[in-house]
Amino acid sequence: MNSHTTDHEHGHDHTVFQKDITEPKEDWEFLEIAIRELLIEKNVLSAREIQDEIEAWEKKNPEKGAEIIARSWVDDDFKNRLLSDGNKAVAELGFTVESLKLVALENTDELHHMVVCTLCSCYPRTLLGVPPLWYKSREYRSRAVREPRAVLREFGTTIPDSVEIRVVDSTADCRYLVIPRRPANTEKMSEAELVKLITRDSMIGTAEALDQHGQRS
Amino acid sequence: MTTRLISDLGGLPAGSIDRSEHEPTMTERRIDAMMILLRAKPRSFWVSDENRRTIESLEPTTYAESAYYERWVLAMKSLLLEKGILTEAELDEKVSEVRSRKQLAKI
Repeated sequence: MNSHTTDHEHGHDHTVFQKDITEPKEDWEFLEIAIRELLIEKNVLSAREIQDEIEAWEKKNPEKGAEIIARSWVDDDFKNRLLSDGNKAVAELGFTVESLKLVALENTDELHHMVVCTLCSCYPRTLLGVPPLWYKSREYRSRAVREPRAVLREFGTTIPDSVEIRVVDSTADCRYLVIPRRPANTEKMSEAELVKLITRDSMIGTAEALDQHGQRS
Repeated sequence: MTTRLISDLGGLPAGSIDRSEHEPTMTERRIDAMMILLRAKPRSFWVSDENRRTIESLEPTTYAESAYYERWVLAMKSLLLEKGILTEAELDEKVSEVRSRKQLAKI
């Protein structure tokens, strides 16, 4: 399949698709082609749908999660609703987390949360986009629950010993969203400005939010 | 001592975490896309627990040695067969057809 044969008039950079020119070498790559061709031949899926879904991938990012966190920083009532019923609260902002329980966890000066999925790679994709590769790695999955402080140090995140670290393990039915601590001196910032301080990793709990200048603290 | 499931990695010793990212390949993107489409409405061929069950029942060596999306495509295959959406015979035939077509294209 050659992605460049379709009419791309929307002018964005598709250089990443160059990789497709590489011929499949592995058994599983042949298997993917075979499954796809059969599903299309049998009208189970259409090529168009697959292509649309692939393009939707590029639009997935942690922005939605950051909007939710920013709102929780500026609106205590919203934060309380988010903490008591994640699904209901994010629906107020127009986000749906379908058929999964969404649990928000608040980081404080005494307690730091960090999320892992030891059994696979469960992740709140609808809010945070596609998980980073390390989240799915054997190393992160194995070590996060045993030596979270060491893992955090590898990520350049030092949590004082006086702060309790609580690691939560996601499941197929339950996803976590960490509410990082609001950085100091951000009282005058708008919600839109705050969004920029809320990184993907700060919502997984492997980092803190950026400081008021947008730098790692 | 109970036997661990292959997927049960929590607490096991492991090395440092590689935090480099690579752009997903087209094969990976297509697997991801098909998985989403087959599971989502209106098709709803299976639920995520079934997806996980099939991944967890891969041969331990396959699980350990295969790439993330390789596990996904193997799981997708077994679910498609299990649900009767594809048959083993037609899939086998298609795989060898694809393979010879791709190899021919290289000459």
